[in-house]
Amino acid sequence: MAKTMTQKAAPGLGLDADLARKLLRDMVLIRRFEEKAAEAYALGKIGGFLHLSIGEEAVAAGATSVLRRDDYAISTYREHGHCLIKGSDPRRVMAELFGRVDGLSRGKGGSMHLFDKEHNFLGGHAIVGAHLPIAAGVGFAIKYRGGDQVIVCYFGDGAVPEGEFHEALNLAALWKLPVIWLCENNRYAMGTSLERALAQTEIWKFGETYGIPSEPVDGMDVLAVRDAVGRAVERTRRDKTPALLEVRTYRFRGHSMRDPAGAVYRTKEEVEREKLRDPIVLFRDRALKAGVLSDDDVKKIEKDVNDLVDEAVAFADASPEPPASELFTDIFKESA
Amino acid sequence: MAVMTYREALNLALREELKRDPDVFVIGEEVGLYEGAYKVTQGLLKEFGPKRIVDTPIAESGFTGVGIGAAMVGLRPVVEMMTFNFALLALDQIVNSAAKLNYMSGGQYNVPIVIRGPGGPAHQLAAQHSQSMEVYFYHVPGLKVVRPSTPMDAKGLLKSAIRDDNPVIFIESETLYNVKGEVPDDPDFTIPLGQAIVRREGTDVTVIAYMGMMYRAMEAAEELAKDGISVEIVDPRTLQPLDTQTIIESVRKTHRAVVVEAGAGFAGMGSEIATEITEEAFDDLDAPVLRVTGAQAPMPYARNLERLKTPTKEKIADAIRKVCYANGSR
Repeated sequence: MAKTMTQKAAPGLGLDADLARKLLRDMVLIRRFEEKAAEAYALGKIGGFLHLSIGEEAVAAGATSVLRRDDYAISTYREHGHCLIKGSDPRRVMAELFGRVDGLSRGKGGSMHLFDKEHNFLGGHAIVGAHLPIAAGVGFAIKYRGGDQVIVCYFGDGAVPEGEFHEALNLAALWKLPVIWLCENNRYAMGTSLERALAQTEIWKFGETYGIPSEPVDGMDVLAVRDAVGRAVERTRRDKTPALLEVRTYRFRGHSMRDPAGAVYRTKEEVEREKLRDPIVLFRDRALKAGVLSDDDVKKIEKDVNDLVDEAVAFADASPEPPASELFTDIFKESA
Repeated sequence: MAVMTYREALNLALREELKRDPDVFVIGEEVGLYEGAYKVTQGLLKEFGPKRIVDTPIAESGFTGVGIGAAMVGLRPVVEMMTFNFALLALDQIVNSAAKLNYMSGGQYNVPIVIRGPGGPAHQLAAQHSQSMEVYFYHVPGLKVVRPSTPMDAKGLLKSAIRDDNPVIFIESETLYNVKGEVPDDPDFTIPLGQAIVRREGTDVTVIAYMGMMYRAMEAAEELAKDGISVEIVDPRTLQPLDTQTIIESVRKTHRAVVVEAGAGFAGMGSEIATEITEEAFDDLDAPVLRVTGAQAPMPYARNLERLKTPTKEKIADAIRKVCYANGSR
């Protein structure tokens, strides 16, 4: 069967100015934050792997906008945006990327392992597919305690061929766990295109296999994401059933900073063509045209975000390295 | 003290902890309706219901991950591996997630999970069902590893494992489930993780052994007593953290040591303990530390080959005589 992707283009966009400002601000925050992180990486202030989600900002911004504060989110190693928009302090996120003591994990996690318990952000997980069963477990615990929260589990198209994707979707469907499976399909698992990895490239259809509501979503349209995730969250909260959303997006940068061009496995023409659907530009222009946002709103958002990110970088830069004693703390939790 | 089997002691520990803490639940293959492949969870479904005794499909990585996720947000899962060999399918969950989440999150998300089930050689179970699985886990910072040899230890250590705020790998044995022993009745009786026990006092040689190997070492000790060799047997009980102090104190007394393990010897528990003894008590030693280990081969099915693969009472006795220079070899 064919499904049309969710589109949302009501006159006036069907949203108020506060929400429009928030959505634009959240997307711009992810973009600027990651642009600054890339600069810091080039300067050697950030090491290891750094995976940017530039181009994919509408997913985190749209999805998180329909979550309650006590809902959970869990993600991959490309999780700066999910973590920031869930509520984490950009200064502490940047400090974590810098490997400093004021980072969310006191510098012991790094870019790929952001955790923020205060905001129910359950981590950046860097083994592809491994956090899907963990997300099911959080859903299990919500149900066990009779809560009405949901967990949004972000993962890439690269996780779909993994066994754990199927184990987790099966268990969550079998046990009716409140998990929103949110696949950020950016078409490439590192350098392997969807077509080279999956016999079924319409990822949302795996939801039908497991008997759960599922649909493809235009991931470059923040309102489409918001609408689809909003419906899924409402249904999941009410019916305690999981849902699968295949959010079609595109990363403008390479897989990581070590793959900056990302041009070996895809053409420059393709990347340029996709950039014409930049989620920030698309939404900004629509909001301006609809009169929901003014030029002044946009300028103010740009300035506020730039200030915030500059402050985050300064904060991270000033934060000390973790003391040597941190090597041996947190290996085990000491029982009370 | 009641006398009960190792299996019953585990069952009692689970029942007591399920009663004590509503956040404790049991999850795994055949733990509910079937009452456990080895009947360790017998009666639990009837007593506690399907919410807390959760049958899973065959999906080790999946249900172990479910346990880890539930533990991250405060539940206390006891995950049963039908046999620990199957934990290899969940090795990534255990090693990369359970063991590391507290550390990677800077102490924000600890994982109070117990992963339990039988491991080690049994009776003609062949290569895929006979492995001494502890080696895969005690190397990993962030995991505690328990191997309980007696019914009392099974109960006291399982209760401590469930109450621990960290991931605990708890490996039982098919060959011990029917072993009987005394078990304290007190529901608050626990044995702290990380404490070895001297099973038999002796003066001539220290044998470090656990699980089935401990029982074989005891038999060897009885036999050697007739020859005037006094064997002390130390059972580590917990392999991570390892109670090296009790081991070293014993070696300082006897000046000789033999380490026994069922698994293949290369880079095994025996290597570690022998190294610890050498580093800590070299000057106290009157002979090199010897290891008696499983052969460096997969477990064969044929009964005679299985016997060759596994340390026997005779092999243990030979090693003891050798460190005591009592077999004419020196």
